[in-house]
Amino acid sequence: MPQRPLSPHMTIYRMTRYSLLSSFANRATGIGLSLGLIVLVYWLTSLARGAHAYVRAQSILASLPLKVLYALLLAAFSYHLIAGIRHLVWDTGRGMERSQSQKSAWLVIGCALVLALALIACALRAREGV
Amino acid sequence: MSLRSPLARVRGLGAAGSGVQHWWVQRVTAIALVPLCIWLVVSLLALPSLDFVTLVSWMAGTWTASLLVLLVLTASWHSSLGIQVVLEDYVHDHGMKAVSLVLSSFIHVVIAVAGSFAVLRIAFGSP
Repeated sequence: MPQRPLSPHMTIYRMTRYSLLSSFANRATGIGLSLGLIVLVYWLTSLARGAHAYVRAQSILASLPLKVLYALLLAAFSYHLIAGIRHLVWDTGRGMERSQSQKSAWLVIGCALVLALALIACALRAREGV
Repeated sequence: MSLRSPLARVRGLGAAGSGVQHWWVQRVTAIALVPLCIWLVVSLLALPSLDFVTLVSWMAGTWTASLLVLLVLTASWHSSLGIQVVLEDYVHDHGMKAVSLVLSSFIHVVIAVAGSFAVLRIAFGSP
């Protein structure tokens, strides 16, 4: 088998700089949101199968581990959304300088954190007692 | 071996023969998902409860059903492209790579079809 170029392995990078971690985190949250998509579709199909099926599905969907998962998914959504917007800005050729990308990496984590906490707080208030 | 590429290959189609299509579709679906996801999260938080009757009457709305189908299809497409890149990067064994890529495609198509069908079934009043 010819030695073809591979994507550089994680260990080759200096992970001390946050901008590299932020790229890795975008992938990690993306994978998490893909799992969230499966939960979303399970929820939709259980609704489509009628009231009885939905009540049965709720025993899983409203369980504590799943509620923790929803909080994690809201956090992952917040990060992936903000980091994705950063990628779209990069695609226009802006903000690519090292100093700019270091700054925007911190801006992303800050905005994502605020958005995540706001969404989780809203979810807790909206679903009190559910 | 000629060092000069045929014209078709320098037109940006690359080794995969599909050019920047993967990259481009990932961006287009990302842009579409920004408003769709914000809409879903806000809508779900605004609903008074998540019981069967409330949800079914919410999803019976033409716009709600349309946006939900769009969201399921766009998210499945975007997820499929993203997971594909991760598998291509980190599954180094050739056999496993092929198997995992095909499996990921199948799962994403199942998710897209099942999700859309479920929304339409509720919207048309079957459950």
